[in-house]
Amino acid sequence: MKKFLATTSAIAICAVISTTAFAGATLESVKKKGFLQCGVSTGLPGFSSADDKGKWTGLDVDTCRAVAAAVFGDAGKVKYSPLTAKERFTALQSGEVDLLVRNTTWTLTRDSSLGLNFAGVNYYDGQGFLVTKDLGVKSALELDGASFCIQAGTTTELNLADYFRANKMTYTPITFDKSDETVKAFEAGRCDALTSDQSQLYSLRIQLKDPSSAMVLPEVISKEPLGPVVRQGDDEWLNIVKWVLFAALNAEEYGVSSKNVDKMAASSKDPNVRRLLGQEGIKGKGLGLSDTWAANVVKQVGNYGEMFERNVGQDSPLKISRGLNALWSKGGIQYAPPIR
Amino acid sequence: MATEQPSGSAPAKAALWRRPVFRSTVFQVLLVLGVLGTGYYLFTNTLHNLEQRGISTGFDFLSVEAGFGIVQTLIPYDETYTFGRTFLVGLINTLLVSGLGIALATVIGFGMGVARLSSNWLVARVATVYIETFRNIPLLLQIMFWYFAVLQPLPRPKQSLELGGTVFLNNRGLYLPSPVFEPGFQWVAMAFVVAVIAVIFMARWAHRRREQTGQQFHTVYYSLGILLGLPLLVFLVAGSPLAWDYPALKGFNFRGGMTVIPELAALLLALSIYTGAFIAEAVRSGILAVSHGQTEAAFALGIRPSVTLRLVIIPQAMRVIIPQLTSQYLNLTKNSSLATAVGYPDLVAVFAGTTLNQTGQAVEVIAMTMGVYLTISLTISMFMNWYNNKKQLVER
Repeated sequence: MKKFLATTSAIAICAVISTTAFAGATLESVKKKGFLQCGVSTGLPGFSSADDKGKWTGLDVDTCRAVAAAVFGDAGKVKYSPLTAKERFTALQSGEVDLLVRNTTWTLTRDSSLGLNFAGVNYYDGQGFLVTKDLGVKSALELDGASFCIQAGTTTELNLADYFRANKMTYTPITFDKSDETVKAFEAGRCDALTSDQSQLYSLRIQLKDPSSAMVLPEVISKEPLGPVVRQGDDEWLNIVKWVLFAALNAEEYGVSSKNVDKMAASSKDPNVRRLLGQEGIKGKGLGLSDTWAANVVKQVGNYGEMFERNVGQDSPLKISRGLNALWSKGGIQYAPPIR
Repeated sequence: MATEQPSGSAPAKAALWRRPVFRSTVFQVLLVLGVLGTGYYLFTNTLHNLEQRGISTGFDFLSVEAGFGIVQTLIPYDETYTFGRTFLVGLINTLLVSGLGIALATVIGFGMGVARLSSNWLVARVATVYIETFRNIPLLLQIMFWYFAVLQPLPRPKQSLELGGTVFLNNRGLYLPSPVFEPGFQWVAMAFVVAVIAVIFMARWAHRRREQTGQQFHTVYYSLGILLGLPLLVFLVAGSPLAWDYPALKGFNFRGGMTVIPELAALLLALSIYTGAFIAEAVRSGILAVSHGQTEAAFALGIRPSVTLRLVIIPQAMRVIIPQLTSQYLNLTKNSSLATAVGYPDLVAVFAGTTLNQTGQAVEVIAMTMGVYLTISLTISMFMNWYNNKKQLVER
């Protein structure tokens, strides 16, 4: 009976589901409508945020643009759907978006029971704490009895509970729907600390009226591999998104950037570079894309290093160092399978 | 009708498909089959699609450990309880804010509705301004206003406003001492029950006596005396079996005692002030619907204005007010789901928010949530309809 109630009341949802594409059809439908519908956050500087002219920028936005560059040869053919943490999976499941790049943590539950697949990791993150300096706290272990502002429906909520249980401390969670409400409440002093992924903390800190009044505590209490998500059952589309990420990483590894890509394509003798840029090897055939798909990604959006520095690294207000996100050959863990 | 056949001759048999009874039966059966078939198709299609997409279905998730904290829980809850428990916690928080909101909105609404009709110029204008202001501003903005503009500027915990070292107010909430019942307190509770029963019998007796002899009896004073006196007496005899748990500042926040979180206060204020404005208009319309002759007749009999209002106008006005009141109560309950904007852990925030996202079972969670609001609304409706029938004009 319960199941019956559940399903009948979900008729509206399913009417939508049943009209959307099935396996293998995402690339087709994206090509047919002429743009990529990409789910992003409602506004998180560095990852996905819109300026006053409605232009979206950020690392997640660049991932969307890179996929569009590979599919259409034009990174501009993207439309963005800002989604809250709560809405994101439903939007992807129902086919409202073709691709979800919304600083989403890759977990077992999400990968196995939501009908979704993670296509890789575009940012290795971990959860941390933002506190006001006048609180006088130097470590998260001193936060016993504190109250925390968090965003609803995130892995953050679970990690916070785990951390305090493991350390036998008490806490009060105040849960908000959107990240700007969370920041507002933190600023108003409703909670002692704000907890989220560390990259977000830096990004939220610069949204404060006085960024220097707050600091990020050194502890990282969880693993948060963030990556793009696609619907399960469309392996072709999964491959495309996965290899767009790998192409950007390989490009950085071989020293191909948006500035030298044309020259490299014309003159490079390095077989790795030639395969990446579609001069030899399998080219775009296996993915169902044009031969210059990876060259388009690098030319129009840049290699992974460029995307990183421009949005969250040294060329951005966030100034986050590469850390875990450096290439494997430079002390990080970003490692892409070879293109051959 | 079949019985009104022309007399004498036997009725000519019409063809089967031309007989009205046969035709109506066939069409109704077809319609029912069509509806059932559509329903069955949608049902199986949903299950099929969910399965095809690898999305888990069913209600097994309700017994999985939730693993997240909730700021306000009226029943025991911590991270080790299940998702099913989060449903209950959210439901009770929704019922709490709706129940308090309905009570408060009714009081505000009746006060302001009567005040708007007051012959005192100032009182009437104040009520008008209140109604027109709060009725016309979107509720979500009002919730934000109470939360961010009014409650958040309160001092931080270390600079709390305090009352006698037992009650504290800061931007984390209102901290009150909570009672701790010790053995022996059950006698006090029993004494209270006995007092309530005694008062009911006394009121009946007084009513009967007044009807028979016309003598007045000050029921209110005697009732108060019995209700307070008897439990107090037992309380003292039993040796004061009640202690208080006082809130105290420890570390960052107050611990112990009871807390009224600012989210609850903001939501409650916004809901009751907003809905109160609508109820005030309902009350005004009800009062204006009572013929002015009733008031004049009451005054002519020498009945005081306040008594006229209470015993003559309001009972008659209620017949007009109750149906509108029902709608407003339903609105308030449903509007309480805006709680999620200020972080109050109601059913929508906790269950259709966090639980939905952690389990990903949108269809089941949303269906359960809709079921709850439907049930609450129908219950309120049923109660109000019953009350309405009771208050209907009884013609003798």
